[in-house]
Amino acid sequence: MSETQHPAVSVKGVHKWFGQFHVLKNVNLEVASGERIVICGPSGSGKSTLIRCLNRLEQNQKGSITIEGVELTEDVKRIDAIRKEVGMVFQHFNLFPHMTVQENCSLALIRVRRMPKAEADAVAMEYLEKVQIPEQADKFPGQLSGGQQQRVAIARALAMKPRIMLFDEPTSALDPEMIKEVLDVMVDLAESGMTMLVVTHEMGFAKEVADRMVFMDEGEIIEVAPPSEFFTNPKSDRTKLFLSQILDH
Amino acid sequence: MSKTTTYEPGSHPNLPPPPGSVGPIAWMRENLFSSWLNAALTLLSLFVVVVIVPPIADWAYFSATFEGTSREACTATSGACWAVVTSRWDQFFYGLYPQAETWRLNLAFVGLLIAVTPWLVPNTPFRRPLVLFSFAFPFIAAWLLRGGFGLEEVHTGRWGGFSLTLVIGVTGIVASLPLGILLALGRQSNLPVISWLSIAFIETVRGVPLIMFLFMASNMLNLFLPSGVQFDLLLRALIAVTLFSAAYMAEVVRGGLQAIPKGQMEAAQAMGLSYWQAMIFIILPQALRIVIPGIVNSFIALFKDTSLVAIIGLFDLLNMAKAIVTDTDWQGLSIEVYAFAALVYWIVCFSMSRYSIWLEGRLDGGKRD
Repeated sequence: MSETQHPAVSVKGVHKWFGQFHVLKNVNLEVASGERIVICGPSGSGKSTLIRCLNRLEQNQKGSITIEGVELTEDVKRIDAIRKEVGMVFQHFNLFPHMTVQENCSLALIRVRRMPKAEADAVAMEYLEKVQIPEQADKFPGQLSGGQQQRVAIARALAMKPRIMLFDEPTSALDPEMIKEVLDVMVDLAESGMTMLVVTHEMGFAKEVADRMVFMDEGEIIEVAPPSEFFTNPKSDRTKLFLSQILDH
Repeated sequence: MSKTTTYEPGSHPNLPPPPGSVGPIAWMRENLFSSWLNAALTLLSLFVVVVIVPPIADWAYFSATFEGTSREACTATSGACWAVVTSRWDQFFYGLYPQAETWRLNLAFVGLLIAVTPWLVPNTPFRRPLVLFSFAFPFIAAWLLRGGFGLEEVHTGRWGGFSLTLVIGVTGIVASLPLGILLALGRQSNLPVISWLSIAFIETVRGVPLIMFLFMASNMLNLFLPSGVQFDLLLRALIAVTLFSAAYMAEVVRGGLQAIPKGQMEAAQAMGLSYWQAMIFIILPQALRIVIPGIVNSFIALFKDTSLVAIIGLFDLLNMAKAIVTDTDWQGLSIEVYAFAALVYWIVCFSMSRYSIWLEGRLDGGKRD
């Protein structure tokens, strides 16, 4: 299976319910390798649920999701294999508070990739340098600012050398003055050619890096378009309304 | 009267606090005599201490007798007759264990101290061999205590006193924690069979008094076992105490598990860690740290509950004390005997409590967010 033959992510006819609540309705999306997708939409529109389905933190009840040519099924081995290739950054960082920054980054290398500790530590440091906080390596997450914590979380995900990165509202829990340092790291990452799916309301970031914008509302993908078109000439009325609400103020 | 110095903005030095606001006098004013009520309570407490402490100290130490072979030795003085303790020392600690073999109990005790070191003391040198030793220790201890393989056999019926209390207490503590963790995880399991079994076990055991458990272990078990199968009484007590304690431990641990945000498990899974890896490296270290007070509380309760094995005829420390009280040589000395037994329990339990406070403080340092 050469990777160029397969789209990085292929979502076909996906439905999901939380109890009676229909959160994803017939979602179809194909993402090419190296593509940057920004997903936006009002809260409750299913955008977080969609990217959480991509690494099986949530399970879709209908439809199929294929990552790098491997279809997600009940098979735990497959799920683990896919999770190794898919990194995720969360809104609330979810760093491990009882471990140092460096241990946060090296844990999965040692336990999942079976890398010797010294080598894993070196890789962890390499990525902490990439996100520009190598000097915090021996601190605990609780001693860092929110922006620093989120950069550690990005380094932790990148250290696994994933082929796809998922970002679930990575700047929503940050103080305003810390958003830029996190977005800068994400822009660098985008420029390095990483396949990225980003749920965010940072429209400046979207305009700068996105290849395609995906707008979701009430569990459906309403519109998919390159940012130039999406922001200047949205097709649907819902998109127009949404954009007017977040851009005009 | 005092002149006010002014400083350039940004150059104000750190000055000492005004006189009378720190030091012992200030401390007393703040903590002991801050109000009329507080001052009255302080004086009342002082009065009570003055009235109570000297007579107790006099009875327990200054007028007490420490040596002697029978009650007659103590008639000369009005104080406590500790001679009963010193002359029955071996029974308090070794029960009816053969005198010539008590070195085995002492050796096992030293081994126990070594075995627990790598678990209790951070950064122990030679950690790896010590941990290996601690896993081998239960077998070594069983061999030392029971005998066989070159040592004279000592039937568990002759074990007693503090060493028996320690055997039951330590076994219960060491076995109930991992069992409790498994039950707590089982209760939260997505697999219905496992969670139902865990819940059924926990709720059944919690709904029954320990004494009843012990009665069942000593009497009813024989009804179910095929005739001729002998099951050591002590072993039955150990199993009963461990299972009982594990059910409580499970609920303590569950409290800790529930305090860990869902995002921790998700982050671990997103990185490719398996369920058990996530539990061992991420969830349990945090969850157990939160519930250290509850765990130690259970340990202390368990250690004292070991005295209930007296009910099935085992001579633990308390039952041994009871036996010594009835000894005709030492009649009427129940206060001294029970006070001494209480002191031994208290030392062990208080040590556990202090250790847990120390551990909490150490784990808290700089690690909380």
